[in-house]
Amino acid sequence: MTRLHAQPGPITAPATSIFSEPYWEGCARGELRFQRCMSCSHPVHTPAAVCSACGADTLVWESSSGTGVIHSYTIVWRPVTQDFQVPYAPAIIELSEGWFLLTCVIDCETEALFVGAAVEISFHATADGVTLPYARLK
Amino acid sequence: MQQHPLHDVVITGVHNTRQAKVLEGHDSRSISLEAAHGAVADAGLNPIDIDGVVGPFGNDFIYQHRIGPVWRSLSPLGIPAVLEAAMAIACGLATTVLIATGEAGSHRQRSSTAPWTRPTNEFVAPFGMFTAAEFALMARRHMHLYGTTPESMAHVAAVIRNNGHVHPDAVFRDRGPFTVADVLESRMVADPFHLLDCAMTSEGGTAMVLTSADRASGSAKPVHVLGGGTDHFGPAYQNPPVWETGGRRRPDLIAGTVGRRASELAFSAAGISVEDVDVCEFYDPFSFEIIRQFEAFGFCGVGEGGDFVLSGAIEPGGRFPITTDGGTMSFSHGGAAVQLLQRVIRGVQQLRGTCSSMQVAGAEIAMCTGGGSGAMFTDVIVLGTGEP
Repeated sequence: MTRLHAQPGPITAPATSIFSEPYWEGCARGELRFQRCMSCSHPVHTPAAVCSACGADTLVWESSSGTGVIHSYTIVWRPVTQDFQVPYAPAIIELSEGWFLLTCVIDCETEALFVGAAVEISFHATADGVTLPYARLK
Repeated sequence: MQQHPLHDVVITGVHNTRQAKVLEGHDSRSISLEAAHGAVADAGLNPIDIDGVVGPFGNDFIYQHRIGPVWRSLSPLGIPAVLEAAMAIACGLATTVLIATGEAGSHRQRSSTAPWTRPTNEFVAPFGMFTAAEFALMARRHMHLYGTTPESMAHVAAVIRNNGHVHPDAVFRDRGPFTVADVLESRMVADPFHLLDCAMTSEGGTAMVLTSADRASGSAKPVHVLGGGTDHFGPAYQNPPVWETGGRRRPDLIAGTVGRRASELAFSAAGISVEDVDVCEFYDPFSFEIIRQFEAFGFCGVGEGGDFVLSGAIEPGGRFPITTDGGTMSFSHGGAAVQLLQRVIRGVQQLRGTCSSMQVAGAEIAMCTGGGSGAMFTDVIVLGTGEP
């Protein structure tokens, strides 16, 4: 049994863009945000200029429920750099609103992960001043 | 029927420099120029015969040999570069094009994964993502949807690594032979990928010369470009690599089968179907990608790739032998792009009948590929010993 933890850092602060600033502002406040198309109601992530379903430029920010399921996952045993402690578990989370978020699953044993597992997003402030959304099993 | 414009184009020169974990005394420019000179010589030409150049150090070749003014492409490498060179020749922008690339000295600090595998994007970098993890997310989804097993992936890796084991110029020659158990017992990198499911890293140069069929009439064995295509779903390593990511133009095509449209275009231009393919020089960043490509290109149904690779088809002597030089797992993986061109180089060697190991007897049609689902793109080119 091996436990998955949030990374202690250092984690380089994400280089935000004009599109993504509201997303990271939300993270800093403990709020998971995504874009919603006002024309067709499709949810959009990563932050974009136009809707991926209809092409309209009518995207507005909305708060997510923060609940979803694991769509796919991996468990990394060879870290990308020595700044990351293994194991860690990058996963794609399908949020209840129907959009996909890439994050890591933490605070569980590696053996507990499976596709379809219910998760909840919570926020973790790193020592470097970055607040990241992570997934925890419900 | 009017002849397809690409069918006027042939490949007349190919060259791989020595490939090694570390090429002492070389940098990326020196090994790229060595590769360029090798391919030009292999084509029976001199540098002054080249009037089109592709590749990161192409400008050095142009200036040092004073062959300017010439056509110059800034195309990325691999199959898109080959297709762009072929189009330039077909359109009359150039008569004889050199594609050359190489990398040395860019990845010798091995405590981190290779620099070209580490995305800097804000939505993936904080979570420790790298190439293996991106592709593992696609593989895991396929396992969930279709029951694909680590054993089928390990079989692919063993076949490719054994091809490299007997290749005299492979970086990992004589490292095998490998069994499925060897792959499954190697340390885990990004579940479900073990170390031996993954590409390695090395250094090397590679180059190719293309010209028009009429100019190549004196060449020993020109290899014809029969067709090609490129499929892209967006930027690599920024957005979640969701298997089901679809497109609005053709909802039947998803990221999990990226390359299907490219293969349809390539087969259509070549006037062939999968049954006509003699050798599959598929790009092998991770074992699962071979399974996925057989599905995407229509060699088997979606979800059937695991059984397909276990059917005996992909081994030497099988109906669709794969990645016959050992690919990125064993032959070489020279950097961000060197190895992408080497799939096409190997296809040319197979059709010339000059492979020093794993020659597919009587091969007339080679299918070469690049990219992968974790990177949201797949490129395809089909080569032949003659015109369609």
